[in-house]
Amino acid sequence: MALYSEKVMDHFLHPRNVGVIEDANAVGEVGNAKCGDIMKMYLKIEDDIIQDVKFETFGCGSAIASSSMATEMIKGKPLSEAMQLTNQAVTEALDGLPAHKLHCSVLAEEAIQSALEDYRKRQEKEVAE
Amino acid sequence: MSIYADHAATTAMSEAAIAAMTQCMREEYGNPSSLYRIGQQAKETLENARQEIAAVINAEPREIYFTSGGSEADNQAIRSAALAGKRKGKNHIISTAFEHHAVLHTLEQLKTEGFEVTLLDVHTNGVVRPEEVEAAIRPETCLVTVMTANNEIGTIQPIREIGEICRARKVPFHTDAVQAVGPLDIDVKAENIDYLSASAHKFHGPKGVGFLYARKGLPLLPLINGGAQEKGKRAGTENLPGIVGMAAALKESVSERDAEAARLTVLRDRLIAGLNEIPHSSLNGDAEKRLPGNVSFCFEGIEGESLLLLLDEKGISASSGSACTSGSLDPSHVLLAIGRVHDVAHGSLRLTLGRENTPEDVDEIIAAVKDVVAYLRSFSPVWRDLQSGKIPHIL
Repeated sequence: MALYSEKVMDHFLHPRNVGVIEDANAVGEVGNAKCGDIMKMYLKIEDDIIQDVKFETFGCGSAIASSSMATEMIKGKPLSEAMQLTNQAVTEALDGLPAHKLHCSVLAEEAIQSALEDYRKRQEKEVAE
Repeated sequence: MSIYADHAATTAMSEAAIAAMTQCMREEYGNPSSLYRIGQQAKETLENARQEIAAVINAEPREIYFTSGGSEADNQAIRSAALAGKRKGKNHIISTAFEHHAVLHTLEQLKTEGFEVTLLDVHTNGVVRPEEVEAAIRPETCLVTVMTANNEIGTIQPIREIGEICRARKVPFHTDAVQAVGPLDIDVKAENIDYLSASAHKFHGPKGVGFLYARKGLPLLPLINGGAQEKGKRAGTENLPGIVGMAAALKESVSERDAEAARLTVLRDRLIAGLNEIPHSSLNGDAEKRLPGNVSFCFEGIEGESLLLLLDEKGISASSGSACTSGSLDPSHVLLAIGRVHDVAHGSLRLTLGRENTPEDVDEIIAAVKDVVAYLRSFSPVWRDLQSGKIPHIL
């Protein structure tokens, strides 16, 4: 049996939405290099819709695959839907992860939540100004 | 393309070993403990293998005990010396921070049984200092155990010097020589080694078999009780095909050792030079005091498992000490022991060359690693921060 499912390998070898959005209006970064995983998500949100999303990840195969899958699951989706994204959903979409790699999908969920939180703060600031 | 560059993990079986084993399985199915002819013939084959193996390390045949591999030999040697020490009221053991887990976990267990363990520093070059071994010895020290060569970073330890110190201080000395038997010339008498562990599959022999050398007169405690095999020190019908395969593989390794060591050293240094061209990378461990085929690197800004998987996609089999490959959250204890910080230790790569590797393989590996490291860095947020100066480079 292979270490990872075909889905995980596909997203690891051909990650979707890799890179940076220069004019992103929501950025989230989670994890730390000490633990060996860092994910950074860039979102471009317009009219409460995630128009574009890109990611950068330092981490193992499942961390890269989880980031890639998570970006695919929220791209073009309304904020309300993106907020509901869970690590279980990411794991299921990847046809499962080894038990000791489940934290990678948690990190993907947290990276997106962190970016959405950043967006909320920026919106509040705009309203205040 | 298929390049196997993980010879420290295991090696392909030698044809000589396969032939010897096949012949043994076909024709020598007798139990060496049986009294009739085919049993006694098997016994003779067993003793011939013991003799051949003993000769390689300048031991006497009766000092060689066959085991299931290196881990069992490590466990048995350490437990034997510890128990003998305990009987004399001695409960202190000296080892190093970067031993194989077969040693470290045995020592951990002994700690719960009242032993005190001193783990010596291996310094940034991955080499133990004999004077620090000497300084750590106390009246209650009952064992010094230091590996001959490290399995991850390949550094070779000053075994002869340590052996001399231990003999002078009358402290038993064990060495885990699993990575060294085969590639290195070992003489247990000249190097004052009391116990030595070895494993067949590291020198092109079969898996599941190894041996323990225990100098005559030193205590040996059986881990497996039962019949009188191996002079009562290791019960169970002998794994004759495995033992025969081990002897054949070792004989072959020794016959080509000097030429192979010279050839591999050239390949190793070529590989090190090539990988050194990658910015913000660093060789792990001493550049010279290392096994002929071992290359271990850390690359900043990337993680080792993804590096391995992408190399695998290019047909290259390698290994890493990253947390994700160890199954825990911490990177390799070996890299931490030589002072690599977590952030850097996660980006490690071990390439261990052996018999089948060619200069062309080395060039292919260099090109592939350069590609993969550059690719992973292209979307690593850590690399971005290192490049922008947000966090300082370590390497």
